[in-house]
This record gives sequence, C-alpha cells and structure tokens, in this order.
Amino acid sequence: MTLTDTLLAFAYLITGVLFIIGLKFLSSPAHARTGNTLAAIGMLIGVVATGFDAHIITWPLIVIGAVIGAPIGYVSAMRVKMTAMPQMVALFNGAGGGAAALVSSGEFLRILNGDQSSGASTLIPIILSTIIGSISFAGSLVAFAKLQELMTGRPITYAGQQFVNGLIALTVIGLGVALVLGYVTPAVFGGLAAAALVLGVLAVLPIGGADMPVVISLLNSFTGVAVAITGFVLNNTVLIISGTLVGASGTLLTMLMAKAMNRSLGNVLFGAFGAATASGGAAAAGGKQTSVRTASIEDVATMCAYARSVIIAPGYGMAVAQAQHAVRELAANLEKRGVDVEFAIHPVAGRMPGHMNVLLAEANVPYSQLHEMDEINPQFEHCDVALVIGANDVTNPAARNVPTSPIYGMPILDVDKAKSIIVFKRSMATGFAGIDNPLFENPKTAMLFGDAKDTVSKLAAAVNTV
Amino acid sequence: MTAQLLTEITVFILAVFVGFEVISKVPSMLHTPLMSATNAIHGIVVVGAMLVAGAAIGGSVGQAIGLAAMVLATINVVGGFAVTGRMLQMFKAKAGPKA
Repeated sequence: MTLTDTLLAFAYLITGVLFIIGLKFLSSPAHARTGNTLAAIGMLIGVVATGFDAHIITWPLIVIGAVIGAPIGYVSAMRVKMTAMPQMVALFNGAGGGAAALVSSGEFLRILNGDQSSGASTLIPIILSTIIGSISFAGSLVAFAKLQELMTGRPITYAGQQFVNGLIALTVIGLGVALVLGYVTPAVFGGLAAAALVLGVLAVLPIGGADMPVVISLLNSFTGVAVAITGFVLNNTVLIISGTLVGASGTLLTMLMAKAMNRSLGNVLFGAFGAATASGGAAAAGGKQTSVRTASIEDVATMCAYARSVIIAPGYGMAVAQAQHAVRELAANLEKRGVDVEFAIHPVAGRMPGHMNVLLAEANVPYSQLHEMDEINPQFEHCDVALVIGANDVTNPAARNVPTSPIYGMPILDVDKAKSIIVFKRSMATGFAGIDNPLFENPKTAMLFGDAKDTVSKLAAAVNTV
Repeated sequence: MTAQLLTEITVFILAVFVGFEVISKVPSMLHTPLMSATNAIHGIVVVGAMLVAGAAIGGSVGQAIGLAAMVLATINVVGGFAVTGRMLQMFKAKAGPKA
C-alpha cells in the first residue's frame, strides 16, 4: 500500500464517520442542521481525497461534469417549492441511482478492455448495481412524473400487467446469469441495463399517488443499495458504508410507511390500490351528497373562536392548495384569542414521509405544536373542534369498523371523537383511494367546500372579527 | 473468497446495524429531511464517477458514461445537501418572525 493509498483510506474513514455522526444529529430538530453540515463536510473530504487517487489520469471530464451538475442541483434545490419536495427528492434519488449504474457500466467497459478482472467477485456486483441503479433511476423518474402531474397519479393498469412485469424481471435475471456464465459482450450487458430500465418504469406505473410515501422510501433504499454494491465493484469502503446507511434508512422508512397503512409491501407494489374502486366510489359519492351538512365560514369562525381547544389534521389537499401559510395564520389568530391549537400528523399524510411537517415548518409553525398520531389520538375526545384540511383517507372511520373497506385496519387519526368536526374539501369527490368516508355523514361533522387556501384565509380573517 | 472481499462484507454487515440503529432514532417529524439527507449521502457515488471519468476508459463510449455519471452524481450531491439545509433551517422550536 502506498502512502497515498493509506491517506486515502483514512480520508474515506473520516467521511464515513462524519456521515454517521451527521445522521445521528438528525434525531433532534435543534441539531439537525449541524448534522447536515457535518455530512456535507464529510462529502467534501471524500471528494478532495479522491482527487489524489493515482487512477485519475485526466481531469477535463470530471470538471465538465461537475460544472454542469452543480448548478443544476443547486438551483433546483433553492427554487423548489416545499409542496413539491417529494418529486424533488425523487429526482435527486434517481440521479444517484443512475450514477451508480453508470459507474458500474464504466467498470464493465474496463472488463471488455481487459483492464479489469472478469472474475465473479467483480462481475456479480457490477451486474447487481447496474440492475438496481437502473430500476431506481427509471422508477424515480416515473414517480417524479406522477407527483409533478406530468402524468396521472392514479394507478395505470392493464390486463396481464403482472405477467409482463414478471417476464421482464426474468429477462433481467436471465441476462445477468448469461454474463456470469461468460457471455461477457456489450450486447448482453446493454440488454441487461435496458431491461432493468424498462422494469423500473413498469413497476412504478401501477402504483397510485397515495402510496408514494412507500415507493419513494423504497427507491431511496434501492439507490443506497446500488451505491453500496458499487463499493464492492471499486473495492471502496466509503461507498459500501454510505450506501448501506442509506439502504438501511430507506428500508426502515418503507416498513414504517407500509405499517402506517396496515398493508404489506407486496400489496403496495402489486395491489394497484385505488384503481379498481375508483370509478364505483366516485359514482356512489355523487348519489350520497344529500346526507352531508355544510357550514358557513362565519359559523365555523364562531365555533373555533369560542372553543377551548382545536386540533388541525392536515393532508395532501393542504399541499395541493398551498394552504400551509393560511393554516398557520388561522392557528395564530386562534391562539391570540386563547384557544389551544395543536396539529395532528398522520405518518402517511402527503406524498412522502414527514411531508406535512416540512410544509408547516415552512409556514413557521413551531415543531412543538406538531404531534404524531399515537401522541395526539387520545386528545381528540377532549377537543372541541377538529379541522380536517385536505385529509381524507387518514381520517376515515371505515378503517376502524368496516371490515370490507379496502383501508380496513389502517391506523387513523381519531378526528371523529372530537365534539365537532369541520372538513375542508374541494368537492364531494372521494379521496384518493376512491372510498366513501362515513366521517362526512357524521352528525357532528360539517363540510366547508372550496379551495383550502381561500377558505382557510377567509376563516382566519373571520376569527378576528368574531 | 479473498481477504479483501471478506473485509468488505464485514464492513457492510456492521454498516447495516449502525444504519438501523442511527436511523431508528430519527423522529417522524424529520423524516422528509432524513430522506433528503440520506439522498445527499448516497451522492458519495460521485467518488466512483470521478474514478470512471478520470480514467479515460473505453474511448468515446467510456467518456460519455464517465461524463454522464459525473453530471448525475454532482446533481445528487449538491442538490441533496442544499435542499436538506433549506428544509432544516425552517424547523423552529418557537414561532419566529414571520417568514
């Protein structure tokens, strides 16, 4: 081992340690920023150290790549709206997965040129990281397109879909095995990468918008694993450590999200949830409109202003309407009148884990007011008014007591236990899953129809004049 | 199995445990920043991209692959840390002046 190699190994160790410490700091909102800075310093050390690696003999491509990539990353990170965070994260995640697959493809070229051993211990990780990285890249782009509404957020299904996907998965595996068995040609490898890309696209198509928290977490873990395996290709421990950390994080979040929906990962990925019931549910809702009670803004303002405690349960609708600032204003105006205001956050509210927390933080709601489901649920029975803003399925009592409901068994926010419930909704359409929500017909419930931002702003103003 | 591979597998397995241990302590409130921070961290693949782009392998195909890997990895690293920092800066214990 040369001196440079030794120093390089130490630098990578520092990088790995800084990543771990950085993640550790993320366990409290007060220190989280320091954690991010530490991780970024770790990254810088790793990159600078790599510059001294003897294997790097030419710089132009590295510099050009960085000069193109850095401003794209920075500008999009600074400009993105907080409501669009899920698709931004999906894009960055896809970029990482794509990079991992490309690095492995580069190593494959080295094998073709005879500069790299074609032994199984190199070839297998190259194949695996190309497959997983490609799936993550293509899958993330589809997730982005769905979240950005470049295509429908509803599940896209067709007859024989699982058969087709299965066939492509088998093709990927078959080509991988062929490579290991000695068919080391550009055509086989190209076919492998192409099939993996197609698989990534097709696998995400049947997954609907409300299941995105699971999918984004899973793709996150995929990229992590792809990077870790790339570490095995390059014999680079910092890639192994970092990729594995990310893989563990993504896996943990995937499990948490699936649990919060009371569904297995298999059901989320292959169930095309919400597709079959969508048309029937919407039609049924049309016929049932008569049984809900609507309220005026003035009624609700009076009710809230004279309440002792109000709990706000936000959902994806708040993000769509960009209503988080209006919600914050409403909460502030109520607090000025001495009303206790708390927020109830369901783990899968929104389109990615923790989505609502980020939006409310952006609107300047202190994090001490944001409560997890298990923490806030016992408080609903003591609460005078529960405001459901753009949330639907996560408050649907059918999950508790209708065994035939598709969401039966999913833990929900107990908003129906509040003394009165106000539901802010754009229209009487069913939620994403296309399921009727008995909460709306509850005698304690009143509906406020309209754009959430507009309605909540008017309500915030009305509270001041009560 | 070579000694190097064995060491790498050891590192991998230990990292799995460290990962689960550290991540399970992150409160659900910070799950979005966590996701975007881990996103930035897997940008370490930029090290691999540098090694491919800087090694001049495989003629124009190799150059294209190296350049593309560099671009994607840099977007990942820079964007990931920037967006995480931007998000975390918004989390406040008490209501500050109106943003």
